[in-house]
Amino acid sequence: MADLLSLTAHELSGKLDAGEVSVREAAEAANRRVEEVDGDLNSFVTTTPELALERAGRVDGLLRNGGVRPWEGVPIAVKDVLSTRGVRTTCGSKILEEFTPLYDASALKNFGDAPVMVGKANMDEFAMGSSTENSAYGPTKNPWDLNRVPGGSSGGSAAAVAAGEGWWALGTDTGGSVRQPAALCGIVGLKPTYGRVSRYGLISFGSSLDCIGPMTRDVRDSALLLQAIAGHDPRDSTSANVEVPDYLAGLDAGVEGLRVGVVTELMDERIDAGVREVVSKVAAGLEAAGAEVGEVSLPHAYYALEAYYIIAPAEVSSNLARFDGVRYGLRVQADGVHEMYRKTREAGFGAEAKRRIMLGTYALSSGYYDAYYAQAQKVRTKIVEDFRDAYARYDVLVSPTSPSVAFEIGAKTDDPLAMYLQDICAVPASLAGVPAISIPGGLADGLPVGVQLMGDHFTEPMLLRAARAAEQAAGFEFAPRP
Amino acid sequence: MISEEQVRHVASLARLGLTEEEVREMGGQLDAILDSIEKIRELDLADTPPTANPLNLSNVLRPDEPRPELPKEEALAPAPDPVDDLFAVPRID
Repeated sequence: MADLLSLTAHELSGKLDAGEVSVREAAEAANRRVEEVDGDLNSFVTTTPELALERAGRVDGLLRNGGVRPWEGVPIAVKDVLSTRGVRTTCGSKILEEFTPLYDASALKNFGDAPVMVGKANMDEFAMGSSTENSAYGPTKNPWDLNRVPGGSSGGSAAAVAAGEGWWALGTDTGGSVRQPAALCGIVGLKPTYGRVSRYGLISFGSSLDCIGPMTRDVRDSALLLQAIAGHDPRDSTSANVEVPDYLAGLDAGVEGLRVGVVTELMDERIDAGVREVVSKVAAGLEAAGAEVGEVSLPHAYYALEAYYIIAPAEVSSNLARFDGVRYGLRVQADGVHEMYRKTREAGFGAEAKRRIMLGTYALSSGYYDAYYAQAQKVRTKIVEDFRDAYARYDVLVSPTSPSVAFEIGAKTDDPLAMYLQDICAVPASLAGVPAISIPGGLADGLPVGVQLMGDHFTEPMLLRAARAAEQAAGFEFAPRP
Repeated sequence: MISEEQVRHVASLARLGLTEEEVREMGGQLDAILDSIEKIRELDLADTPPTANPLNLSNVLRPDEPRPELPKEEALAPAPDPVDDLFAVPRID
């Protein structure tokens, strides 16, 4: 049964459907793997082995009668920012240590009653971070090297997939938090078009940026998991009322004639040479497979990180105002309601959450609003226009996902600016709301390098097809680590 | 340069308690971050409209039809300190 852990999710799904393996056997294998490696990795805030078995039993029962969708029986890790009915949801924060949601996130609704979930994956507190060192429940380790970070903020989800603790995971991406940890852990991470997946039940960080995305072993698994979570949701007013296509159809159609532009601004000296080399090789591989490859400029990409680090904290300062000790979460008793708010938030939030609340409150405060927030929103317009111009000439844009391979735990914790630089390649697509996927392109210094492919709004079928070709060109084979 | 007094003022706007050590550290960190962000001000964007959201959203309304609400006991279940059927707070100061 050890071989089970080497299958991709779609291969496992085929075996479940054919009756060669039961969902219970798959859940047991995932639970055993969690038991075996999670003491070292700390991929999960909460593990749910019994729940996984109980839900596996339900899906096994349904399988005998048919009508189970191909993703339902495949055990999954769910980032702890997504509300799960009856299972505590901490968001990586002390302020929600005892919080148990009353409902499931809408992204989970196509899993029947509930997914076969092995656990709630560790994360940077409120999804703020690029290393999963900001979790109140301790850092997650990278399965490729336990002294290194898995990336963040969906580092627990990435490490869980890379280590075979379940076959796939859901993460969330505000400024790169699905793509960057996927890159650092050698897996596939997809940020769909903003609005493609409902945000209902996702604990908000940057509401105009947050996207739920698949973290998987390969591109086909990414297409399958996106199929499961995409769709319009009347309960989320930012959810797009756009029909969901078949993401698996045409996946292997190749890239003959597809126009691919490598983004010049994201291939400069800020990116490690080893990372650039891998990206160039994959671009050459796409050309060999029949794509037309050229260079493209996103002139305002140089300003994207700065705009992001105004817009996202501004939205944080508003979104995190709900954690006040009244309706849920931690309360620190005090004499007077304002003192209770202050003490609760002082005790409940970690350093990065506090830093971003302060930054956002400052940027929105009287006298600074126009200089910072309004200007950042105008930069965002320029970035949207850059993408529009680029897509007039190219179908897919290519860049590194992250400027470096996984760094050592603690290397950047005292320098917020150095940590923020991790997101330079990822934030342009976040601000524009376009879909972007990271695939493992190869290794540098023995560690995985992610290659990012970006498409125009709602072009996921084409983007996934290009990513599939890039994956084949890279020739990177997934195997659970360590 | 952001003074400790300004840090305390912003923290009070955010209803956020900070330890003395956090107050001391926060000023320097915010300074460094704001210095790097300053770069966006070199762009002349007077004629550029702002973008608040990547989708062109308009107000989404639902039909005004009565529906069952969340039962009171469920809504109160996660509250840290409810009293009777209410979310309770300490004295309003």
